[in-house]
Amino acid sequence: MDFLQRLGETFLDWKQIAEVLPSMFTVGLPNTLVLAITSGLIGAFAGLILALMGISRNPVARWAARVYTDVFRGLPAVLTILVIGLGFGPIFRELTGSNSPYPMGVAALSLMAAAYTGEIFRSGIQSVDKGQLEASRALGFGYGASMRLVVVPQGIRRVLPALMNQFIALIKDSSLVFTLGLLATERELFQIGQDAAARSGNLSPYVAAAIFYLAMTIPLTHLVNYIDARLRTGRPEKKEPDEAAAVVGKGAQA
Amino acid sequence: MSEFASGTLSAKNIHLSFGSNHVLRGIDLHVPQGTTASVIGPSGSGKSTLLRVMNRLIEPDQGDILLDGRSVLKDNPDELRRRIGMVFQQFNLFPHKTVEENISLALRKLRKLSKEEARAQALEQLDLVGLKHKADSRPANLSGGQQQRVAIARALAMKPEVMFFDEATSALDPELVKGVLALMTDLAKGGMTMVVVTHEMGFSRNVSDSVTFMDAGVVVETGTPEQLFTEPRTDRLKGFLSDVL
Repeated sequence: MDFLQRLGETFLDWKQIAEVLPSMFTVGLPNTLVLAITSGLIGAFAGLILALMGISRNPVARWAARVYTDVFRGLPAVLTILVIGLGFGPIFRELTGSNSPYPMGVAALSLMAAAYTGEIFRSGIQSVDKGQLEASRALGFGYGASMRLVVVPQGIRRVLPALMNQFIALIKDSSLVFTLGLLATERELFQIGQDAAARSGNLSPYVAAAIFYLAMTIPLTHLVNYIDARLRTGRPEKKEPDEAAAVVGKGAQA
Repeated sequence: MSEFASGTLSAKNIHLSFGSNHVLRGIDLHVPQGTTASVIGPSGSGKSTLLRVMNRLIEPDQGDILLDGRSVLKDNPDELRRRIGMVFQQFNLFPHKTVEENISLALRKLRKLSKEEARAQALEQLDLVGLKHKADSRPANLSGGQQQRVAIARALAMKPEVMFFDEATSALDPELVKGVLALMTDLAKGGMTMVVVTHEMGFSRNVSDSVTFMDAGVVVETGTPEQLFTEPRTDRLKGFLSDVL
């Protein structure tokens, strides 16, 4: 009993949790969302370009995409964030006069997200039947227009679940910007939890942060499953027999 | 069917290799305007590849392609393909678009029609193939025969001078073949210039003006359906006909 009570006090001190909730809502949550959404959007855009480079007929473009992907997928997130943030931070400060670590944090997260989403997009685009490109070209569309109008939209649709998973990973990885040193107003969920935990010597603020993360990631996970199922089965529509097949045309008894 | 703007299509001495695989070995094919040429032969004989070379989905290594007597190898290939409609064995409709959008896409983006004009023309084409009521369905909700008729409507909407059919009925259930063949027959009788790669010997014999038998990348025999089907001259064609008939 004593053991359980101690665990309860360490992790579920409601007073501690209540104390961090306001700043988590007003500061931490918006900051986490800003980090995850901006780097998610930039990463997705860059990833799409990487994917198109990866399947291009130009060997230089293919090679560049390959090297980029191998490097940024192969590094631990914390290392990329530290190296980009601490390495390019001072240069960025000189150029813009801004002290905020956010731009470099977003840059690092975006660079990583691009590598992962690039591979996701590439697999999606390559999974589209080659007859689609052929049919589009046969109509008179060029390669670029065929990819843009026909192939890429189908490829993206197929990998929406994988993209959502990538976004969930990004929400979690955004916590690592704490390594760049954040001002009070710049703190995201994890940093707020960490500060409060350090002050009180109690781990309950971490639990509060965990609840915030789970409140975002668990619904998203289930949304992924829903989208996945929907894409597999499609919207139900009544399928009729081919009643008109025999009536059209008066020719050929071939 | 109404009159079509039509062209005479010729392939001269076409050669094509994929690596060490010599797929087409000096093919000649002449399709006068308003006629239907069918191309028959065993699988792997190069029939489908020949179609793709003639609309330059694949560039030949050697030889020339003439449309209305003029070489098209120096033209922009995208513009050439707008003059030649193509129908595929696997239909290749765009699954993320509705039936009507499948047809109006090229009208809007390539012919620069407004959305309303493109839709109107698409519906008109769908009406011709008897599928106007399916305009807002997705291809996946259509039978194979219906999908292939939409694919034909999609190609016809571009007002092509020549139509290519690449084994257009091979992927269809037997009971759906007839509707598609009937539509192709109507087109042929309406004066469309057509090149039809087919395993349907009945169509080849009864509808086409000329028949070309290919085997192993060469034209073995070519002539009228009468000549090829009743008096085959080569053993290869005799063997093929006895296998398929």
